[in-house]
Amino acid sequence: MSIGHTLLGLLESGPRHGYDLKRAFDEKFGHDRPLHYGQVYSTMSRLLKNGLVEVDGIEAGGGPERKRYAITEAGITDVERWLATPEKPEPYLQSTLYTKVVLALLTSRDAADILDTQRSEHLRGMRILTDRKRKGDLADQLICDHALFHLEADLRWLELTAARLDKLRAAVTR
Amino acid sequence: MTAPVPPGSLLTAQDLRKAYGPTTALDGAAFSIHPGEVVAVMGPSGSGKSTLLHCLAGIVTPDSGSITYDGRELTAMSDAERSALRRSEFGFVFQFGQLVPELTCVENVALPLRLNGTSRKEAERAALTWMERLEVDDVRKKRPGEVSGGQGQRVAVARSLVTGPRVLFADEPTGALDSLNGERVMELLTDAARSTNAAVVLVTHEARVAAYSDREVVVRDGKSRDMERVV
Amino acid sequence: MSTAKQWARDLTMGTRFAFAGGREGWIRALLTAVGVGLGVALLLLTTALPGALAERDRREEARLNYTFGEQIERADDTLMTADTDTEFDGRDVRGRLLEPEGDKAPLPPGLREFPAPGDMVVSPALRELLDSDGGELLRERLSYDIVGTIGEQGLIGSQELAYYAGAEGLAGRAGDGMVGRIDSFGNPDPVVEEMDPVLMLLVLVVFVVLLMPVAVFIAAAVRFGGERRDRRLAALRLVGSDGGMTRRIAAGEALAGALLGLVFGAGFFLAGREFAASVEVFHISVFPSYLNPSPLLALLVAVAVPGAAVLVTLLALRGVVIEPLGVVRTARPARRRLWWRLLLPLAGIGMLFPMLGQGRENGDFNQYLVTGGVICLLVGVTALLPWIVETVVARLGPGSVSWQLAVRRLQLSSGAAARMVNGIAVAVAGAIALQMLFAGVEGDYTEETGYDMSLAQMQVRVPEGSELAAATAKFEETKGVRKVYPLSEGYFGDRPWNKDPQRTAQLTIGDCATLREVAKLPSCADGDVFAVRGGEYDTDTPSLSRPGQKLYLEKSISDSSRENVVWTLPEGLKQADSVEDPTGTRRGGFLVTPAAVPADMAEAVTGQLYLSVDDSVPYADEYIRNTAAAVDPLAYPMTWNSVERSERYDSIRTGLFVGAAAVLALIGASLLVSQLEQLRERRKLLSALVAFGTRRRTLSLSVLWQTAIPIGLGLLLASVVGVALGTVLLKMTSTPVGVDWPSVLRMTGMGAGVVLAVTLLSLPPLLRMMRPDGLRTE
Repeated sequence: MSIGHTLLGLLESGPRHGYDLKRAFDEKFGHDRPLHYGQVYSTMSRLLKNGLVEVDGIEAGGGPERKRYAITEAGITDVERWLATPEKPEPYLQSTLYTKVVLALLTSRDAADILDTQRSEHLRGMRILTDRKRKGDLADQLICDHALFHLEADLRWLELTAARLDKLRAAVTR
Repeated sequence: MTAPVPPGSLLTAQDLRKAYGPTTALDGAAFSIHPGEVVAVMGPSGSGKSTLLHCLAGIVTPDSGSITYDGRELTAMSDAERSALRRSEFGFVFQFGQLVPELTCVENVALPLRLNGTSRKEAERAALTWMERLEVDDVRKKRPGEVSGGQGQRVAVARSLVTGPRVLFADEPTGALDSLNGERVMELLTDAARSTNAAVVLVTHEARVAAYSDREVVVRDGKSRDMERVV
Repeated sequence: MSTAKQWARDLTMGTRFAFAGGREGWIRALLTAVGVGLGVALLLLTTALPGALAERDRREEARLNYTFGEQIERADDTLMTADTDTEFDGRDVRGRLLEPEGDKAPLPPGLREFPAPGDMVVSPALRELLDSDGGELLRERLSYDIVGTIGEQGLIGSQELAYYAGAEGLAGRAGDGMVGRIDSFGNPDPVVEEMDPVLMLLVLVVFVVLLMPVAVFIAAAVRFGGERRDRRLAALRLVGSDGGMTRRIAAGEALAGALLGLVFGAGFFLAGREFAASVEVFHISVFPSYLNPSPLLALLVAVAVPGAAVLVTLLALRGVVIEPLGVVRTARPARRRLWWRLLLPLAGIGMLFPMLGQGRENGDFNQYLVTGGVICLLVGVTALLPWIVETVVARLGPGSVSWQLAVRRLQLSSGAAARMVNGIAVAVAGAIALQMLFAGVEGDYTEETGYDMSLAQMQVRVPEGSELAAATAKFEETKGVRKVYPLSEGYFGDRPWNKDPQRTAQLTIGDCATLREVAKLPSCADGDVFAVRGGEYDTDTPSLSRPGQKLYLEKSISDSSRENVVWTLPEGLKQADSVEDPTGTRRGGFLVTPAAVPADMAEAVTGQLYLSVDDSVPYADEYIRNTAAAVDPLAYPMTWNSVERSERYDSIRTGLFVGAAAVLALIGASLLVSQLEQLRERRKLLSALVAFGTRRRTLSLSVLWQTAIPIGLGLLLASVVGVALGTVLLKMTSTPVGVDWPSVLRMTGMGAGVVLAVTLLSLPPLLRMMRPDGLRTE
């Protein structure tokens, strides 16, 4: 999953300090794996270099340096593109998808759209597998079935999420 | 909001609206399908996907919007005309409750032909051909109550194809089957449809069934979304 | 003890289920109750009928003025009575003249005091008739002042027309058979009258025929909503009730309907009882109070109907296995066997066979055998029909789609179809047999009267003492009289009548024209006397026809008022040959023209006027009766009518027809209910069929076939059994056998009408169910 896009997305609602960003990330997405501050620092400097964020101001004071980051137009476009691009169907993709959905909800984008796009991508994969299965021998069929069942499980999760979007929106924007 | 009709479409629908009393089932849905194409209609329960199918098949008249089949406007047809169209040009497979329990399987398959006036002998001969193709010719003398769910559904598929329809409407055709049987039915159904260049409108909520389609249309809150054209 | 408790608990639970099913449940329970209720009401009425007829008889006996016994001398507890019955517009009017001869004269039942001469006390129905516009002619005839109403005790029916009028000088007319002296009302020596065996047979068969379909219907009624109930039972099994419990709960549901039906039935019966008082069937009306079912029989109905409901349900569930996930009808029931089904009708014929040709004279029909035989034959219909339906339907080839759908459906569940039709078949079979019997018997009675109606259609007896010539003149002036043939009649003996004459001969006095109607005369002039040859029952005339023979005119024993009239046969006796007279008899004895009649003889004979009536004059009969009443209240006009009987039978036949129609309608209603239920079950299938383009016509036709095939077979069987039963019944009464085709057609036509009505009525719901809503699963 892309920490860069996630942090960018979080910046969309307004400029933040690096430490704020870490806290917001942890709160929304980092339930089991909180970010190290260093990760935030290195990601932000990469985004800065690519012109997706800019430094809004530096707060001097005790302790670490407190830069305030803001998203650029290019940054917003980047988030947009990232959200609209379906993930390649693969194991454990739901954490990325989840991030996307929450980010969409946070930034008032159409989360259902993301899910539909993703379903379409999954189905594309499933069609290829189904086709292979129809033409292949038993071994092919069994291998394809395994993959198909995994994809199906993802899709089920997707449907479930879609059905609960309203609840999720209420929870994350609370 | 009217999207351009893709050229070469066999059946298209524009801006369909339909309400059952206070419940809105369709709220500006659109659809189009080419000959030989299998389109899955997906969406959560109550989204209006069955209503979309019923409208497309001319079973239900939408409150507004237009449905064009082969250049003819469905909404302008009389009930009798639409019935005749369904008899001759369309085929139907439902989840269950569609086979007449008193008739034998072969009689069930022959039924649509007989409704079109084909003689009994001829109709049953044609029925048997399709039953062989769907691998259920061995149960031809049995009644639907005496065959397994998978066999029954294949009989239903055979029946839907026996008139050589140009559009096949399948509403959760595997809903009552286990995955092995369901997939076999889907394989046979799509194979048969492709071989006759029939279009298939496939309403399903199962991804593994939808995977037999060429593309999918998602219906949500009565609005449809054609995934291929969006991406 | 615990089993009884268990039973009670399960039955109670079932009873609760019967009403707890929401609107649907209520409607089902209500239908069952109405069905059972109608049956119960009919049963109660039947149990009350013998009592009602007995009560009528009792009252009739109690008011009898019996004058044929020993002679009673005038005293202060005696009463002179005269019978002055008349007829008005086809209805009998009972009339009595009363003249008390002392303070202690007996009052007839229903009267508080004697009407004074010129006054009368009338029954409520007669009062109503006299007050109505249509009663004007009768009013003229009964020109007494109405001073009171006869109480219920004095009447045998609410619609009876009766009056008691005060009179004077009746004692002087005592010789007349219509007048007599009594000291008490009632038959001093009541006889138990044997019912006409043919009538008895009719009544028995009517009861059986009416009650059989009711029984069949009750059996069908408790099974209304069967399929839906089966599903509920399956749900009960799922939550853990065992098979026995489930059955008992089902029985409890039926019990609830039956119990409610009992209540309804009692209500229907009470309503029907009130209604019964306002109608007259077969010239018989009753008071509501007559219709009290015998308590024992009523109790029997109250116990038997719910009991039967439970039993029928348990029997019906016999072939059904209720599984937790649904009801399984035991796979493909064994093929129905024919032999035992044939036993019943054969046994029925066997029971009736010994009574063939018994006729009505010595027809001592064994009630048990008759009832048993008829029941067996009719029950045989219900046993044979399922077999026939199954056998025929199994052989029916598939024709059109609608036909195929119907036939296949029937092949799968022919039993259910046959059960529904059983009631119709039994009703029609019974009705056909009865109609045949009526038609045959009626023809019989009609032929027997044999009056030569071409000459005279009415006869008026002018009592002795009235002037025949004056009476003749009055009748000749009466509207509607074409011609009057006056004849005076009497009897001669060879010795005075108190000395037991050995030989007797009839005397007929009339003018030449009139005498020619009774005998072939060689020539005739006033003053001639003829001896008649060839009279029926006449043996003595030849030996008495000697000039100079002294003949003594008949005189009743009680009549001491006049001297013996003696007549000596004159010279120049002519011979005449008897011919059939207007009454259909060949008379013998002597024919005398008026000039040859001495004055004392003229006074002592009874006059008979034979009237030729002009039928084209409306109410001609009534005018003539009015004239008769004016001549003498005791003059007794008789209408010769060969069609009177058939009119009576017509009313029974109409009644039977109406009854059969009601039963058929009832069964039609139950057919409709089960038809609708079955359609509801198939809602999804119907929608699917419509989806792939099935025409509405096809489905409607298949519904029609589905009803028409079993009913058609049922009607066919019913016709065969009905004609067979009718033939047997006619043979029993020694009546020539003839099939009453119009009634066969009428009955079967009615059955066909039921099919059509059921189909038509189930079409709107069918069309509604064929809407695509049924496809919606979401």
